[in-house]
Amino acid sequence: MPETNGHDAPRVGFYVCHCGHNIAGTVDVAEVARFAGTLPNVVVSRDYKYMCSDPGQELIITDIREHKLNRIVVASCSPLLHEHTFRVATEKGGLNPYFFQMVNIREDVSWVCSDHDAATNKTLDLVRAAVRRVAHHRSLVTKHVRIHPDVLIVGAGISGIHAALTLANAGKKVTLVEREPTIGGHMAMFDKTFPTLDCAACILTPKMSAVKNHPNITLWSYSEVTEVSGFVGSYTVKVKRKPRFVSEELCVGCMECIDACVYKEGKTPDEFNQGLSKRKPVYIPFPQATPQVVLIDPDTCIEFKSGRCKKTCVEKCDRDAIDFTQKEEIKEIQVGTIILATGFKTFDPKRIPYYGYGKYPNVYSSLEVERLVNASGPTGGDLVLRDGRHPKTVGIIHCVGSRDRKTNRWCSRTCCMYSLKLAHLLKEHSEAEVYNFYIDIRAAGKAYEEFYDKLLEENIHFIRGRVAEVTDWSARPEEEGKLIIRVEDTLIGVVRRVPVDMVVLAVGMEPQADSQDVRRMFNISCSTEGFFLERHPKLAPVDTFTDGIFIAGACQGPKDIPDSVAQAGAAAAQALALIDAGEVELEPNTAYIVEEDCSGCKSCLNICPYTAITRDEIRQKAVINEALCKGCGTCVATCPSGAIRQNLFEDDQIYSEIEGLLQDKESVLTGGGAWRAPA
Amino acid sequence: MKLPTPPAVRTAENNSPPRMKTVTRRLKFESELDLSFGEHVAERAYGQKLLSCIQCGTCSATCPLSHYMDYTPRKIIAMTREGFKEEVLNSLTIWLCASCYACTVQCPREIHITDVMYALKREAIARKFYPARNPIPVLAKAFFERVRHDGRNTESRLLITLYLRTNPFKMLKEALLGFHLFRTGRLSLKREKIKGMKELRNMIDSVEPRKEAVPL
Amino acid sequence: MSYLYFPGCSLRSTGRPYEESILAVFRKLDIPLRELDDWNCCGATAYVSIDENRAFTLAARNLAIAERMQNNGNPGEDLMAPCSACYLVLEKTQHYMKTDEGVKTEVTAALQRGGFEYKGTAKVRHPLDILVNDIGLERIARAVVRPMKGMKVACYYGCQVVRPFETFDHAAYPTTMDRLITALGATAVDWPLKTRCCGGSLTGTIQEAGLRLNRVLLKEATKRGANIILTCCPLCQHNLECYQKRINRRFDESINIPVAYFTQFIGLALGIPRKELGIQRLFIPLRLAEQPGKEEHAHA
Repeated sequence: MPETNGHDAPRVGFYVCHCGHNIAGTVDVAEVARFAGTLPNVVVSRDYKYMCSDPGQELIITDIREHKLNRIVVASCSPLLHEHTFRVATEKGGLNPYFFQMVNIREDVSWVCSDHDAATNKTLDLVRAAVRRVAHHRSLVTKHVRIHPDVLIVGAGISGIHAALTLANAGKKVTLVEREPTIGGHMAMFDKTFPTLDCAACILTPKMSAVKNHPNITLWSYSEVTEVSGFVGSYTVKVKRKPRFVSEELCVGCMECIDACVYKEGKTPDEFNQGLSKRKPVYIPFPQATPQVVLIDPDTCIEFKSGRCKKTCVEKCDRDAIDFTQKEEIKEIQVGTIILATGFKTFDPKRIPYYGYGKYPNVYSSLEVERLVNASGPTGGDLVLRDGRHPKTVGIIHCVGSRDRKTNRWCSRTCCMYSLKLAHLLKEHSEAEVYNFYIDIRAAGKAYEEFYDKLLEENIHFIRGRVAEVTDWSARPEEEGKLIIRVEDTLIGVVRRVPVDMVVLAVGMEPQADSQDVRRMFNISCSTEGFFLERHPKLAPVDTFTDGIFIAGACQGPKDIPDSVAQAGAAAAQALALIDAGEVELEPNTAYIVEEDCSGCKSCLNICPYTAITRDEIRQKAVINEALCKGCGTCVATCPSGAIRQNLFEDDQIYSEIEGLLQDKESVLTGGGAWRAPA
Repeated sequence: MKLPTPPAVRTAENNSPPRMKTVTRRLKFESELDLSFGEHVAERAYGQKLLSCIQCGTCSATCPLSHYMDYTPRKIIAMTREGFKEEVLNSLTIWLCASCYACTVQCPREIHITDVMYALKREAIARKFYPARNPIPVLAKAFFERVRHDGRNTESRLLITLYLRTNPFKMLKEALLGFHLFRTGRLSLKREKIKGMKELRNMIDSVEPRKEAVPL
Repeated sequence: MSYLYFPGCSLRSTGRPYEESILAVFRKLDIPLRELDDWNCCGATAYVSIDENRAFTLAARNLAIAERMQNNGNPGEDLMAPCSACYLVLEKTQHYMKTDEGVKTEVTAALQRGGFEYKGTAKVRHPLDILVNDIGLERIARAVVRPMKGMKVACYYGCQVVRPFETFDHAAYPTTMDRLITALGATAVDWPLKTRCCGGSLTGTIQEAGLRLNRVLLKEATKRGANIILTCCPLCQHNLECYQKRINRRFDESINIPVAYFTQFIGLALGIPRKELGIQRLFIPLRLAEQPGKEEHAHA
């Protein structure tokens, strides 16, 4: 049947949904249907139990054909839920889908109003408004945008690595950008992982190696994203490649230059070893770093500071890989989708002076202890303290910085498990007496509770009590020289003083320090805590509110390795769905310029939050990029000439809706009489 | 008032096997609880959110007096919100609290525990629910009366009142200290009084107690 | 720069040396103090154990007087309360007058019945805060005539001057007094019990608990090498000083360390005569290091 062009006399089909008891229990749907039937232009008016069901949709399709309808109005639930369903039904019936209007009488009426009469009256007003509005609807074309098949992944910890491998294996070209000189993230620092006690490096390095060797992955380490522009399907990204002063192509990672350096021993705190050891100006984060290329720190290298170094490193390198003239490079790439996997940072325990971190040398953060017990760490896995002693007792304090309104309100999810793991490792490395001080033991994952059972059997003391202070004042001779933890053992019901040699603080997980800057650059949102915001906490944990950008791993919220890997796979799948679909539909509620009316005044240019408006200098008119426009309406309201209009929100549509609402009502606007729209 | 000292430990080594303890029933029935007690106390403590307490034990861990208390501060909060009115008002804890605020400053739920302790003191005093010779409520009341009478507190007079009402023999024990304080000019016998006494008394007497407070 | 001055009941009795030394020091530094007209007792911890609204009314009367006096003379004149308990009570009153509707309504009404108005503009300060943050360490250091070299001071803040509001220093690791005595030439002993409660009135009521708390403080200060403890609260000073003999007897210790007010210490550094600072009122002789001092009549 011929599609109307919007100029024929409107023939409206109206449907009100019972939604079971949800709407019909409060709103008199029969009355609504009867009332709608009396409105001008309404040809068919029905009520039905479940409009969104197949038979419900069939009603619409059949009626369009039989009654030659050219407008559809459905009064039911929220458009967020079923607008798309009914638009599809309208289209199936042969009409342009945008001749459809939805009225929300569930979330907006029956779910918030308990007075039946008031609810029904409100519904009648809303229905009258919608019927008047829909008459002014025009047919619109859904725009499609092509998706560039390449992907950018920011952050190469376990999440970024897994997402990259998944996409690369699917045949997509991935650019993987990592800020540190090596990939692997925090996982590369761990000794063993819970609950299996797998060696972290052993399970991670094969994946790191796969990333390095995969033909579809371009790995840019020691690099940062500096600028992002574009929209879903075509993002333009600028990446800054920081100079290592060593050629990545030539260096084979033999590390002879490090031995040869004029510094006899390291003087700079080693970042990877959390400051527990020192490194030289020329260094590699750890021997299995990927890419296996050394780098030179310009802040500590003598050649940079004075220009007068013997450069024994250059002498030693038989590949001529060292190049002090290397410069920063800016690269530009085009991608269709982006995955952010930028990870987390640990809570700084200096913020809680009560625990003595930084004051007492034998108070450690958990990350420091991971390096300490690691065979490739600063002490080769020997549990030796900063003052040279081997601890005979160790206290592990849970929830440092977490679950506290004064620091971070949330639970960091992984600390209980890693504290249990550290307890086991510390006991293994030293036969020390180990105490865990906790509030709750959170062991919710697969095989986690069993891990806790095993730990109980290893004679590790579990004391339920949050530690208030770590102090060095002793009340008895046997406490001299130790760190005392005073705690209430809440389960036994007594206050205890536990002297320990070493204190381990189980610090929580926080967003990265620059997470606000990063999320602004990518134009996504953050939650109040500062983690990147997912589109829906249950049903869309890896999507963001910006189409084409996905998040995965700890940057979305504290989580362990299995969950990070799962999210990385999910994000890769979401990206693949877009890429393989090839194109994406855009909601045609975009703004458009009526050129005759545009005076070229540029008022709209800077107020667009999505930078969708530019100015054509030659014709001196504003131009709107439909793909970037999100239909917020700001420019429409701003334009002093009224030259900007918005699809689906045209003036005549809005005014007629208002007219419908206020008809026959006294109002402040009208001063008593019925309101009339301006001509 | 003496602190309860734990009995000397009887061990097999020192040839003193344990005495048979009397069997007591410590079962608590719901009907024995006062379910409105928690809300009442929270309200009198300026609306503290006792319900947010996760029973972590930080308050007890930092309280310098918690190891002398029969119920630690954490237990008092748990018992208060569950309605264990008798146990809480009978406890030594509320009198031992020196209001040093160490607990308040460290509580991860930001509950003002010290204010809750004050509210419990007030409840006990208002209900006249304390041992007769407990010096702390006696001191508080004596202080109250003196300030209501003179506007200022004369320490010497206050202490004498306290000892007379609790344990006159204590006055003898403290006499030497009192003498030295007097000798060094640190114990003034001069009665301190303010001029605007009538207005002050009027103000104090006319203040409405906080709503839900047990009337004095 | 001038301040209103709220002595509080203790400063007229056990805290007399505190008042003497504070007045002397402020006089020496040329900072005028005006005593609050007809001030009344702040209520301390006793009043708030009876009824909170009455307690706040009592304290608020002083704040209202301060506001009245402020407007008459120097606008913005802060109210100095040397006794830590008074300081906290006044701060707490201000806090709850601002944040709790019930308190605000009742107390304002009660004050009006006594002819007082309360606006919340009087700022309550502690002399530690005023000396270090308003007057400044440089000015004080310049006025020092007798550097306190050799004095190893355990600065004891007590609890109520830093908790719970942390107005001018950290709740458990404060440094104001330490910085002050360092500017006077002394050495500050680093010890972890700077703010651990002395028990307050417990030494008078439940003495066993009070003595034990003070024993811990005295022992640790001595162990860390201090040869004097300085306090900023009359009750803390009384507790730490006057029960040392009793603690020694009860717990078989040998504690003997002078405990003075920090203002007395400043006064000595500024060259104010000992009599003006009330040094003779201390129980334990205060002998300054490296100075053959005339021993005061000692009581221990």
